[in-house]
Amino acid sequence: MKASAGGYARAESVGHALELLAASDGQGRVLAGGQSLIAAMNMRLSVGDLLVDISKISDLSGVAVEGETLRIGALTRHAQIGADPLVKTHAPLLTDAVAHIAHAAIRNRGTIGGALAHADPAAEFPACALALGATMHVEGPDGSRSIAAEDFFEEVFTTALNDGDILTAITVPVFEAGEVQIIEEVARRSGDYALVGLCLVKRAAGHRIALFSVGPKPLLATGAMAALDAGDLDAAVNALSAEIDPPSDTQASAAYRRHLAGVLLRRAVARLKGDVA
Amino acid sequence: MTIPFNNPDRPNSYIGKTVPRPNATKLVQGRGRYVDDIVLPRMLHVAFSRSPLAHAKIGTIDLDEAKAVKGVVRIFTGADLAEVCTPWVAVLAHLKGLKSPPEHPLAVDRVCWVGEPVVAVVANTRAAAEEAASLVVVDYEELPAVTDTMTALDKDTPIIHPEMGDNLAFRRLHEEGDVDAAFTTAHKVVSASFRTARHTGVTLEPRSILVDWNPAEGQMTAYHATQAPHMMQTVFAKHLDIPESRVRVICGDVGGSYGIKVHVYPDEVATAAIAKVMGRPIKFIADRLESFSTDIHARDHEIKAKIAVDADGKILAIDVDDWTGIGPYSVYPRTSAIEGNQVVNLCCGPYDFANYRAQTTVVFQNKTPTCQYRAVGHPIAVAITEGLVDMAAAAIGMDPVEIRRRNMYPDDAYPVTSPAKMMFEGLSHHASMDKLIEMMDYDALRADQAEARKQGKYRGIGIASFIELTNPSPFMYGIGGARISAQDGCTVRMDPDGSVVALSGVTEQGQGTEAMLSQVVAEGVGVLPSQVRVITGDTQVTPYGGGTWASRGAGIGGEAALQAARALRGSILEVAAAMLQADAGHLDIRDGQIVDAETGEDRMPLEELGRIVYFRGDTLPKDLPRELVQTRHFITMEYPFAFTNGVQASYLEVDTDTGVVTLLKHWCVEDCGRVINPQLVDEQIRVGIVQGLGGALYEEIHYDEDGQLLNGSMADYLVPMAAEMPDMVVGHVETPTKESELGAKGAGEAGTAGAPAAVMNAINDALRPLGAQVTEMPFTPERILRALGKLQD
Amino acid sequence: MTDLFRDKVDVSMMVNGEPVEARVPAGQHMIDFLRLELGLTGAHASCEHGVCGACTIRVDGDAVRGCLMLAAQADGAEVWTVEGLTDTSAISDLQDAFVERNALQCGFCTPGMLVAAAELLSRGGVLSRAEIREHLSGNYCRCTGYEAIIDAVESVAKGRAGKGTA
Repeated sequence: MKASAGGYARAESVGHALELLAASDGQGRVLAGGQSLIAAMNMRLSVGDLLVDISKISDLSGVAVEGETLRIGALTRHAQIGADPLVKTHAPLLTDAVAHIAHAAIRNRGTIGGALAHADPAAEFPACALALGATMHVEGPDGSRSIAAEDFFEEVFTTALNDGDILTAITVPVFEAGEVQIIEEVARRSGDYALVGLCLVKRAAGHRIALFSVGPKPLLATGAMAALDAGDLDAAVNALSAEIDPPSDTQASAAYRRHLAGVLLRRAVARLKGDVA
Repeated sequence: MTIPFNNPDRPNSYIGKTVPRPNATKLVQGRGRYVDDIVLPRMLHVAFSRSPLAHAKIGTIDLDEAKAVKGVVRIFTGADLAEVCTPWVAVLAHLKGLKSPPEHPLAVDRVCWVGEPVVAVVANTRAAAEEAASLVVVDYEELPAVTDTMTALDKDTPIIHPEMGDNLAFRRLHEEGDVDAAFTTAHKVVSASFRTARHTGVTLEPRSILVDWNPAEGQMTAYHATQAPHMMQTVFAKHLDIPESRVRVICGDVGGSYGIKVHVYPDEVATAAIAKVMGRPIKFIADRLESFSTDIHARDHEIKAKIAVDADGKILAIDVDDWTGIGPYSVYPRTSAIEGNQVVNLCCGPYDFANYRAQTTVVFQNKTPTCQYRAVGHPIAVAITEGLVDMAAAAIGMDPVEIRRRNMYPDDAYPVTSPAKMMFEGLSHHASMDKLIEMMDYDALRADQAEARKQGKYRGIGIASFIELTNPSPFMYGIGGARISAQDGCTVRMDPDGSVVALSGVTEQGQGTEAMLSQVVAEGVGVLPSQVRVITGDTQVTPYGGGTWASRGAGIGGEAALQAARALRGSILEVAAAMLQADAGHLDIRDGQIVDAETGEDRMPLEELGRIVYFRGDTLPKDLPRELVQTRHFITMEYPFAFTNGVQASYLEVDTDTGVVTLLKHWCVEDCGRVINPQLVDEQIRVGIVQGLGGALYEEIHYDEDGQLLNGSMADYLVPMAAEMPDMVVGHVETPTKESELGAKGAGEAGTAGAPAAVMNAINDALRPLGAQVTEMPFTPERILRALGKLQD
Repeated sequence: MTDLFRDKVDVSMMVNGEPVEARVPAGQHMIDFLRLELGLTGAHASCEHGVCGACTIRVDGDAVRGCLMLAAQADGAEVWTVEGLTDTSAISDLQDAFVERNALQCGFCTPGMLVAAAELLSRGGVLSRAEIREHLSGNYCRCTGYEAIIDAVESVAKGRAGKGTA
């Protein structure tokens, strides 16, 4: 279908973008990579938006190590994340996740900030952010703030961002010695949204497990994490089964997703042991 | 003079060779001309307000907001178009009892499926038309929706069309021999329930039509992505009251069809009707979302079947009870009963046995209308047949190849008539099986499978034998009263410079029709294929023909082209003989030269003959015929269909933890008679297989009980993509048909016929040690895990 | 509608090596812009939700979904479509391989498939069939069943890697 946009403006800077959003009377939408927003517009799921195009703001793109954190600009494209050596060193989970995201043409335009702000519960990056214990950096009309990943994803397609906010960067801790990061997912076809996906990060402080496609938002499986920390895989699988409330849809039932989550946890742990050994 | 096809060194030997397609170059350069590429002066766009409900009465229609949208020119309702366009009823006299109510281009009084067009908005851009269509307000009074096939005929189920009396569109029972006695006394009886899912074609170019009406000339010109331009010419002429000679339908490049674009769609007819009213070009391009709910669907069947075998594995009887849920209307003009009818005709086709019973029950549903889509009915019939045969083999501990060998008609048995009363001229089930076993190295695969099982991997081999219907005669549609042409024609002419133009009634959607015709005409006349310009898809200039359907292009269109080319050759040689003072029988045409037939010595270039005929006719004898343009038509008369046969094999692995199936490899041996262009035929087999694999593993339209389509997007309706598809090895046996000189049968649909059965049998072969079996397609990971008993709800 | 947000946007870009200036509707995607405004009908929109790949074109050196990019966003961009790539012979070996192997039938997916394949091939090296299948898994083809396309791309990769060796 043909998109019906209310209007378009090109932001020159973050400050300019915030002004535009403030002036949009609630109709403003941030346009970055556009891979989700323009699809929604073309399907007339979103009509009359006042588009604030931030894609040319160069400060918002790029990867750098800053002290004990890796900082990824919100406008960094998926393809850049997949190819970046610093990401591969410090957040290989993201590098591996990129290969699962759609296809090359989408990855050339889609941005990590866009993916996180869009908060599709079936997407890889939100779950990765949870598993990595990431922090989201936000600029809003009232200034800057930081939001932990655990507090960022609220509901399906809903985050802690307000209408006038812009996500500017995401930071994750730098890689520690002995750390392992694993992603497992099953999709019907290469690049499709996962039927279920699981991210596992093992650090000295313990395991972090985040799942996608198991509910209205990505889930940090704290029960399973505790069981794994205690060394009991079977208990972790049971805890996981109880923690998730997966949907039934035309692709799979809740029962299938619940079963698959357990399978993926076992496979991730098997790889973990393989890595350690 | 017949062509010695078995001598590849004969002159002009293009039939049987891989010759590049003349139209491929423009397509790789992005210079194709699809309907949406065409822009005409004063062209407008139409978009439709469509029913959001599966069944409802249409009350008041409020167009005020819609009319106010900038760019809107005019809006039409069903009542408006009923004044200029007559409705149609899709029945066929030979499908006894088939009934369907009249269908209009825009719904009148009542909507019967989600997506049915109700109001047409004409604007100067598609965007404006869509904007306005979204503002059309229709007062619908919801009616109960019928959305379950098996209960459609129950007493308590509402009747969609009360005037029809019930929801039964068509039922046919065929019985041969004494089925019940055979089952009672059999050594082994195996029963199973099968289900094939509702599919949609997902042609990459959506349905497209651009119609212009010139009132000053009384001429309609339709640029239409259709497989059958002459049929559409007839349809527009009849329903819009225009003489056929004043309706021109042009189909240029068509972006995929597979049967989807051979049917009559209400929104396309509405577009033509609107053009007639407005007297200017009107363009309609279905977008993807509306394609899912408005392109014809197919293959929605639920079947209970059983097979009886003796202790030696001989088939004694087969009983099939097939139910299929169509839409609320039978689709025009081919009808929505043919698919079920084919299931009855085609089950158990390869096998020689005596006692057969099959019934199809075709019921109306408040869902998207259904009709013929690639391999009509075959994937279902072959899945039932080959599934039962494999299950019988397993039940008596026999190898699946062996049980087939014991039951397939011997290769020298022909002609035979099957228990379903299908007539086979000549098939090669055994030779094809021999070739398959060799190609796939069956024993090595069994060893590989055993080795994999030791490592806890579950691999399976699945075999599927099949027959495939091609080259239809009027027995398929014509005898039922449909104006669908089973004959076809070709005009071949020589232009003054010796170049040859062939105008054919069959059409191209990418399968290689133009290449095939260029080869046949080149060999028939005696020129290079590059010297042949092929014109298809224009009713103003090509002979009246049937277009593309039921794999008839090569067999019927090719034969007409060959006969016309031979006739032109004869005319040329008659003139040449006069010019050269020689005997026409001692002359030949090779590579565009008149030559001495025995020595091959050049006598005269064709352009010299052309110059004389067209510009210096005064130098030729007065009574010498000099028609350098010849038309021939061809129709099959002996057999209702030219059946082909083949056999496929699938090798795959099932992940029993996730249910994911990985296709490792696929093989097909196909006998389609004379192969005209080996590369093109192989490619048709391959894509047919992939479409079948899509049905086996991925494709399924979901409706809820209210008739709402749940997965109508490219993200939710899963079509096969490159990463999951296997490499496919294709081989051939050639049993030409004697009905034509060319001997070609069709090849376009065979892959789709056998692939789902091969995959089903392979999955069940993999899971047999675990006691699990699947018979409901698509075989999603979930269905496989449920069969394995691994899920708890 | 305020002064800040425009419903028609001025853009200036290079398309197939030629400068283009236009005023585009805010919601118009690149494919409609290329087809309707510039008459470049090689690129096709088939799903308009980014899944089928028929709309794949090259923008600033990257293969992108033209249907998921607004023409308004292409200000200052360098755009190449199949027509331009043909005129510059940039992918002539790939196009020849497609014709020879019959890696296309109806041709509707072909322009997008060529741009996607060209991007894969630009990385150089010999490619496995699995890699080719994986990379092209975002381009839907209903006519070929993919194998011929994989064959054609594989042969071009070998040809470029071999650079004339037998």
